[in-house]
Amino acid sequence: MEKNTYVFGIETSCDETAAAIVKNGTEIVANVVSSQIESHKRFGGVVPEIASRHHVEQIIAVLNETLEQAGLTFKAMDAIAVTKGPGLVGALLIGVNAAKAIAFAHNLPLIGVHHIAGHIYANRLVKEMAFPLLSLVVSGGHTELVYMKEHGSFEVIGETRDDAAGEAYDKVARTLNLPYPGGPHIDRLAAQGEDTYKLPRVRLEEGSYDFSFSGLKSAVINTVHNAEQRGEEIVPENLAASFQASVVDVLTEKTIRAAKEYGVKQVLLSGGVAANKGLRTSLENAFADFKSIELVIPPLFLCTDNAAMIAAAGTILFEQGKRDGMDMNGHPGLDIEAF
Amino acid sequence: MKTLAIDTSTYTLSIGLADGDVILAEQVTNVKKNHSIRVMPAIQTLMNEADIKPEDLEKIIVTNGPGSYTGVRIGVTIAKTLAWTLNIPLAAVSGLASLAASAPVADKLVCPVFDARRGRIFTGLYRLSNGAVQPVLEDRNVSVAEWCTELLLQKEPVLFVGQESKIHEKIIAEQMGEQAVFAGRAVPYTRPAALLALGAAVESNPTEVVPNYARLAEAEAKWIEANEKKAAGRE
Ligand SMILES: [Zn+2]
Repeated sequence: MEKNTYVFGIETSCDETAAAIVKNGTEIVANVVSSQIESHKRFGGVVPEIASRHHVEQIIAVLNETLEQAGLTFKAMDAIAVTKGPGLVGALLIGVNAAKAIAFAHNLPLIGVHHIAGHIYANRLVKEMAFPLLSLVVSGGHTELVYMKEHGSFEVIGETRDDAAGEAYDKVARTLNLPYPGGPHIDRLAAQGEDTYKLPRVRLEEGSYDFSFSGLKSAVINTVHNAEQRGEEIVPENLAASFQASVVDVLTEKTIRAAKEYGVKQVLLSGGVAANKGLRTSLENAFADFKSIELVIPPLFLCTDNAAMIAAAGTILFEQGKRDGMDMNGHPGLDIEAF
Repeated sequence: MKTLAIDTSTYTLSIGLADGDVILAEQVTNVKKNHSIRVMPAIQTLMNEADIKPEDLEKIIVTNGPGSYTGVRIGVTIAKTLAWTLNIPLAAVSGLASLAASAPVADKLVCPVFDARRGRIFTGLYRLSNGAVQPVLEDRNVSVAEWCTELLLQKEPVLFVGQESKIHEKIIAEQMGEQAVFAGRAVPYTRPAALLALGAAVESNPTEVVPNYARLAEAEAKWIEANEKKAAGRE
């Protein structure tokens, strides 16, 4: 009989305090997320010091609830996986030090996980990975196309040169006086409007898989400003739809082109912005014509930050023999190709 | 009772191990290096030296501030996670009280000082008598000038301890004259043995222990100020 592998995951890189237990890298046994978003709303964004304070307040309750949900103890675990970067350093340190304390107390292997690797591996909790694959990672802090030829191998073939897509969403939402976080509000408004403002599609130089959203963000701000000066009313639904269409067009076009060029079997959508209906629909439509490429979009609760994805990625690293020591640190700018 | 004590509330890293009243091991490193990298390896090494395994531990003691925000959080996170997962008692004590308790004096007012920058300090006032430390004025974040005015009312000599009191020694001496006595190099930081003694009688809930920052986060302070202005404008 094959022995099951249980990995306990911890994630505290931004504003969610999360822990989870994953069996064999594919099955969620317990998954607990304590969100701080209500606390950060009053500041219009995540305040790093406040995030760290909440993590240290919440961590034990979250760890405890995870074990209770699973009805397991650390004796049943094979390893502790934790996000070691990228993210807010003060926030990362809470998860990293809690993980080290648990690993030390129970003599368990300790595995540091890259946050984006986690987002990608969230897909494995839905559908087994088929290599080579391509993942489009879009979140508040990231917009990347990552190519994987096998488990644990990550090659960034495209990334944002300025703002992440999620950042652009938040800034445009502020321009339209929508509450933080702006992404879901723009997505909702966009569904009610039409692409009438004809905003630019920034594709950069020929063949590039990189992204740039700061020009688009400025175009939105200018549109609002010019309308104000001419005394014209902006139609928020149409502006949201126009902005979203530009983002989604560029993301979809580059993803399709990379998927074909790299001959991948699967395309995985990852990260918080994967919750965006406009993006989901656009990718689904685009890939409907390519039956040889499977498009996998995880459910919402696996797109946003969680620890099940960290445990899932940690399981592969565990099986590959990767280990971290008691001197592991938080790495705010950790590189996915080098980790 | 095998007890581990951890203090990372300043850049000094203090770790101690005791079995009941007997101190088994102490380690202090007073270097400006990253606590996150160094605390767990230091605990591991010290426990190996003392031949104590994690499952042998019966209590954890930690300082929960005030002090360096990140330093305090690292110590508190490690201590409460260990206590929770080993299912043993936790004691959270003031880093200032444990510094005060490190002074080798009897029946004296002791004022521990951590620098809080821009002319401010984290401090409190304690009375040391018969090896016990009693709070007289509670821990706070205060300007040195304001604090001296308050200490003068005690009409008794005050012994200043902690290496960061040096930064403010001149202004304290000017304001308090002979009422201020400086321990200098005799009491530079928290001795693990003092922390172990202080925490022996304390018991805290691991889920509920949080750092005492003695100061609001900057964003929060500004937010409250803005809201108060708004409320005042409405009146
Ligand atoms: Zn994320």
